[in-house]
Amino acid sequence: MNERFLASTVACPDCDLLQHLSPLEPGDKLRCVRCDSLLAKRPIGPEGFCLALTVAATISYIIANTSPLMDLSVVGRSASTTIAGGALEMWRENEQLTAALVAICAIIAPGAYLLYMLVLQVAAHRSPVPRWVGGMLRSVHHFEMWSMLEVMLLGILVALIKIAQLASVEPGIGLWGVGALVVLFPAIIVTFDEREIWQRMEWYDGEIPELAVAEALAAKAHG
Amino acid sequence: MSTAMNASVTAAQLGLMSCESCQLLSRPSSVLEATYCPRCGEHLAFRRHGSIQKTWALIIAATICYFPAMLLPVLVSTTLGSSEDDTILSGVAYLYTSGSWPLALIVLVASVMIPLGKLAALAWLLITVQRGSIKNNHDRTRLYRVVELIGRWSMLDVFVDAFTVALVQLSPLMSVAPGTGVLFFAAVVVLTMFAAETFDPRLIWDSGEQHPVVHG
Repeated sequence: MNERFLASTVACPDCDLLQHLSPLEPGDKLRCVRCDSLLAKRPIGPEGFCLALTVAATISYIIANTSPLMDLSVVGRSASTTIAGGALEMWRENEQLTAALVAICAIIAPGAYLLYMLVLQVAAHRSPVPRWVGGMLRSVHHFEMWSMLEVMLLGILVALIKIAQLASVEPGIGLWGVGALVVLFPAIIVTFDEREIWQRMEWYDGEIPELAVAEALAAKAHG
Repeated sequence: MSTAMNASVTAAQLGLMSCESCQLLSRPSSVLEATYCPRCGEHLAFRRHGSIQKTWALIIAATICYFPAMLLPVLVSTTLGSSEDDTILSGVAYLYTSGSWPLALIVLVASVMIPLGKLAALAWLLITVQRGSIKNNHDRTRLYRVVELIGRWSMLDVFVDAFTVALVQLSPLMSVAPGTGVLFFAAVVVLTMFAAETFDPRLIWDSGEQHPVVHG
């Protein structure tokens, strides 16, 4: 590899201090010696565990988005809503920007996050990892930041309790889906080994990482 | 077993740029032209471009939006012809008087205190960075991390309003519509989240460094 680049040295994202990274054991977390920011981590859990969690989350996502979140009934009349209904009703009431924000944080960002995570984890089985995976990894951070399912769940609970004073409300199946997602999302983030994928990735400028070459040679020797 | 080795030198001092996306360190071929990470193609800079100006602009805009967000109604409920306006604070008061004080506290913290705290914290970080402060670097970095982490929770009230509006649509019996305050409140949340993103925490540490750092 080009000597312009230092493979085992990183700069702290929060204070820019250069630090050497020794090889990490599963479960290891390396923190900046100066500001205590997380520099690198290697998750525990068997290979493919994160992908399994992502598949489980995708199923929960489909259930959460297709089933009613809650039903309301008052003197013989009833109504129910889904996640999309929350955004849609805001749109109809001429609050398009707020509706878009709700849709982004509750539907689009989590959905895109899961889709990208599925595709990039499957693609990462190849060595070297194709370079378009790098672009997906970059986007994943933004989707992660704007996925606010845990905030939405609390928001729904507050709304349920407020409305419960006026009418009888019942949680629906969709709410269980949201509950599962709120648990699965942090589990995916914790078990995802991003560093490992970056190390095996074909570079944007066309260079092939040493590690990937070694793996390919080893596979050839075995085959 | 692994330990981090202290080299006591920053990437910028050695003329290295750290990719904010994939962590790769690289030396820019030229200071004048735009540089991209050779591994992932991310735009590279020693420090986030115009970090101080952009963050100030965003928090000033958020502060302006904060007042209408608190004063204007977020929900307008109509029950059998009579309508009633609800602001965020009256919503908190309603939760408190109806007996669920833990929820009232959660909404008060998430909707009123977190946005205010974020604005105050970011303003303080900017002022100390601009004055070249070298004190409390650890605490300031920790404060920045807290701001980054808790910011999303102020979206709570937007979700409460959206789902209340979505569910309570039994006109003419009872219906709820969003008020103008919701838009301003959503703006506060989005602007403060962007402000936390544009602030560069590495600036906190730059004042204490021996060699001047190249600013973007």
